[in-house]
Amino acid sequence: MSQAVELPKPGSPPSDAGGIPPEDLPKVYRAMLLARLMDERCLSLQRQGRIGFYVPLQGQEGAQVACAWALDPSDWLFPAYRELAVALVRGLPLVSLFDQFIGNAGDVLKGRQMPNHYGAREYRFVTASSPVGTQIIHAVGAAMAAQRKKERIVTVTFFGDGTTSSNDFHSGLNFAGVFQAPTIFFCQNNQWAISMPRERQTRSKTLAMKASAYGIEGVVVDGEDVHAVYRAVRDARRKAIAGGGPTLIEAQVYRLGPHSTSDDPKRYRTDAELAEWKARDSVGRVRQELLTSGGLTEESEAKLLESLRAEIAMALKEAEGTAPIDPSTLFDDVFERPTPRLDEERAEFSKFLTEGVLKP
Amino acid sequence: MTEITLVQAVNRALFDAMRADPDVLLLGEDIGVNGGVFRATEGLIKEFGPERVVDTPLSETGIVGAAIGMALYGLKPVAEIQFLDFIYPAFDQIVSELAKFRYRSGGQYPCHVVIRSPYGGGIKGGLYHSQSAEAYFAHTAGLKVVIPSNPADAKGLLTSAIFDPDPVIFLEPKRIYRAVTGEVPDGDHRVPLGSASIVRPGSDVSVFAYGAMIPPVVEAAKAVQAEGLSAEVIDLRSLVPLDEAAILKSVEKTGRAVIVHEAPRFVGFGAEVAALLAEKALYSLKSPVRRVTGYDTPFPYALENLYLPNAERIAHAIRASAREG
Repeated sequence: MSQAVELPKPGSPPSDAGGIPPEDLPKVYRAMLLARLMDERCLSLQRQGRIGFYVPLQGQEGAQVACAWALDPSDWLFPAYRELAVALVRGLPLVSLFDQFIGNAGDVLKGRQMPNHYGAREYRFVTASSPVGTQIIHAVGAAMAAQRKKERIVTVTFFGDGTTSSNDFHSGLNFAGVFQAPTIFFCQNNQWAISMPRERQTRSKTLAMKASAYGIEGVVVDGEDVHAVYRAVRDARRKAIAGGGPTLIEAQVYRLGPHSTSDDPKRYRTDAELAEWKARDSVGRVRQELLTSGGLTEESEAKLLESLRAEIAMALKEAEGTAPIDPSTLFDDVFERPTPRLDEERAEFSKFLTEGVLKP
Repeated sequence: MTEITLVQAVNRALFDAMRADPDVLLLGEDIGVNGGVFRATEGLIKEFGPERVVDTPLSETGIVGAAIGMALYGLKPVAEIQFLDFIYPAFDQIVSELAKFRYRSGGQYPCHVVIRSPYGGGIKGGLYHSQSAEAYFAHTAGLKVVIPSNPADAKGLLTSAIFDPDPVIFLEPKRIYRAVTGEVPDGDHRVPLGSASIVRPGSDVSVFAYGAMIPPVVEAAKAVQAEGLSAEVIDLRSLVPLDEAAILKSVEKTGRAVIVHEAPRFVGFGAEVAALLAEKALYSLKSPVRRVTGYDTPFPYALENLYLPNAERIAHAIRASAREG
């Protein structure tokens, strides 16, 4: 395992001042737990065949929640497909996520994408795609547009260690450097790109150091330390808003689970490595901090878990009770208005449905 | 009305659109200080400044990706790809992102982007400054593909493209950028996307073409006219949306069809037109549909004049079409 920085030992004291405000920490913990419980539920739903596919985030809750916590609701986010905790902090309702995973009539994406590719304009959380890295340059373009419109926001784009090898990691950082775009590049280095370890992506000592070649600042943080992540993102945001340009933040985390429900990490990594990172897990660290400070007790935690599980169950029930997607929507949104060819195809499709040639 | 060249008409359309709407901006390589390698953006940086005529790093995926981000945020970017041959690094951004954003987001995120690019041969550009790649884009759901053949259409179609809410690939026939001048209406002149035009009415054979192939097609039509053959020349202008009604109407009248493009024949756009005729006009046809196209080779350098369809090859096909059946 590549270890570019000395990570704090489990149980080490919380980071210094400038971290997450103490009064926010219970809410941060709640968001982290909600993400983890949601993740566990979705993995089991996939095994039961109730959703088709799932990309888990366990191990990355702290980095994601802390990052989102340091942002403003006016900021625009360009996620990849593993940003569940970011979505939850932004306020995307649980039921909307289940609607998307199922692809039912309630799904704002109209059943067009695999699970995990949700997005909601209302929350400035742009709909993800599957090719890796393409969103990075979109975030830069949007930041350039915000500059032009003189709007004081930042754009934040999320990606993993593997994506630092992609075309648009390069084009995005390069454009951001040249145009001093107010963009935060939030790289969650979870050590594995499906089966390939971090050192098979690059010989660079860290991912963050790649920033210097683009003339921008690169920062490595312990991604399992919510305070360190919060501080790094908050500082990067302040700098960007003040016209100081972009920052690449490498949050060193670990993907505790598989890449997706389609792979088995036992094939490519060791139990020892997993155990080492589990001991550093952000969820356990924030829990310990709260137990120590009195912000959480065994009893209040039990109640919290129960209420979060109930919230998830209720949302799932609602989504599973929602009607399937209307087949006629297949032809919507290719263009603002359908072309004559699309109208013709829609008419034929409807006729097939009416006549029973096609069955929904 | 002003008499200008096709490339000047492009410049005029950009100028007028930028003046009309502050959200319109340009980005590309060498488009600012240099005015574009073909001078399509000449003078625009002086008028609108470097914030709206953005000289970018040398990266097509960066240009298109940044344009997408700008459009998501509410601007109307017009990206220039210096030669269509160099668009392939941006193919992922165009096909995976630009074309699909509206659809994959359930209509939440339209992509109001135009990509302009000079295309086609006849300028001694060899393999990498001559290609006609329109079929790749026409094949991808979610993209509009537009190709003007004269100055008035260049202005009218580009203006429509810039104010169209969907992504438009706007291909400019660089071979005829300066070949002819034509009258171009002043002001907000728009030609709707998806309407073909009858360049030359006729009754014996329909000839469908677009872009830089229109001049040799018209020359061929004139040549066969002298032999008593009346060819109807239809400029498709927009491949997506395609004016199927205009194609069918013409063939229902003439019963004969020749399709001309400079891109290779195999799975070229002509195949779609031929299929349309087979599906919807078969019983009107009196002779087989013919295609006059580039050959199924990479684009050649020394032999480009033999590779590109010319008036003689086109006239040959028109005669053959009229003779048979």
